[in-house]
Amino acid sequence: MNIEDIKKPENIVYKKTPILTDNVMHYCPGCSHGTVHKLVAEVIEEMGIQDKTIAISPVGCSVFAYNYLNIDWQQAAHGRAPALATATKRLNPDKYVFTYQGDGDLASIGTAEIIHACSRGENIVVIFINNGIYGMTGGQMAPTTLLGMKTATTPYGRDAKLNGFPLVLAPMIAQLDGTAFITRQSVHTAPAARKAKAAIRKAFEYSQKGIGLSFVEIVATCNSGWKMSPVAANKWMVENMFTKYPLGDIKDVLKQE
Amino acid sequence: MAFKGAIEVDTQKCKGCGVCVENCPTKSIELAKMVNSKGYHYAEMVGDACIGCSNCAIVCPDSVITVYRVKI
Repeated sequence: MNIEDIKKPENIVYKKTPILTDNVMHYCPGCSHGTVHKLVAEVIEEMGIQDKTIAISPVGCSVFAYNYLNIDWQQAAHGRAPALATATKRLNPDKYVFTYQGDGDLASIGTAEIIHACSRGENIVVIFINNGIYGMTGGQMAPTTLLGMKTATTPYGRDAKLNGFPLVLAPMIAQLDGTAFITRQSVHTAPAARKAKAAIRKAFEYSQKGIGLSFVEIVATCNSGWKMSPVAANKWMVENMFTKYPLGDIKDVLKQE
Repeated sequence: MAFKGAIEVDTQKCKGCGVCVENCPTKSIELAKMVNSKGYHYAEMVGDACIGCSNCAIVCPDSVITVYRVKI
């Protein structure tokens, strides 16, 4: 069969979801943000909740996420997205509210907000992109940076004596009674991306059950910040990030019962 | 049951990151020798081994790939 005969509208099995706008993303080539944006958009399309979703964008590379997903957005001060999401969800309890935050936003300046939102058990979804670096400002050390990892502010590698240890947030908040679903996923391969999509969908469904906060951590790459090609960055992530941040579900209250 | 597939790449939006190339099980996608208007070597389909599995499209950060699939 000829290739041109296959390329017909009735044979389409995968195309860009209409929830994503036609704007060209400003992210670097190979950035995990684009893939996660797409997965969130696909979940929103599949669940048919485009007009019922309110998202909170952070400060960081993904601050412009509101240009790419055709849903309602607000933009929070640095690290304060869970606080804004709390207000949004309490005022609009029937809406699906999620925050989209990077590690510089959530694990550093926004630590207080996320811990207290988890402790209060707000019925929101938090999507946490963990690439171990401040990508937007030029690749400085973040709290999640691995020991020995070279960044702009730790040119000889992160040293525990000087810079402290990496902050692993997911197990910390798993202890809090207000959290319902905590998982850690990745999007570097097709199976991993499909699992991450299923996890995001589950988090959205849990948020409407009124059982607490759902937290989806995506271990991601920042190939510009890491000074690698996109493919090499994915390989480096598998070899180094996954030992400190292993993938899988960390907490699921409905599964335990 | 076998499948035969094809992909179409929005070459002007492709940033040539190469993540799709790594994820193709049949080696049916490569970065082109030509560049688009931004200077990126865009992805393109090569050969006729494509099975339309959509792996390239789901990992594409810029959502530029459309996948077609037929049963043969």
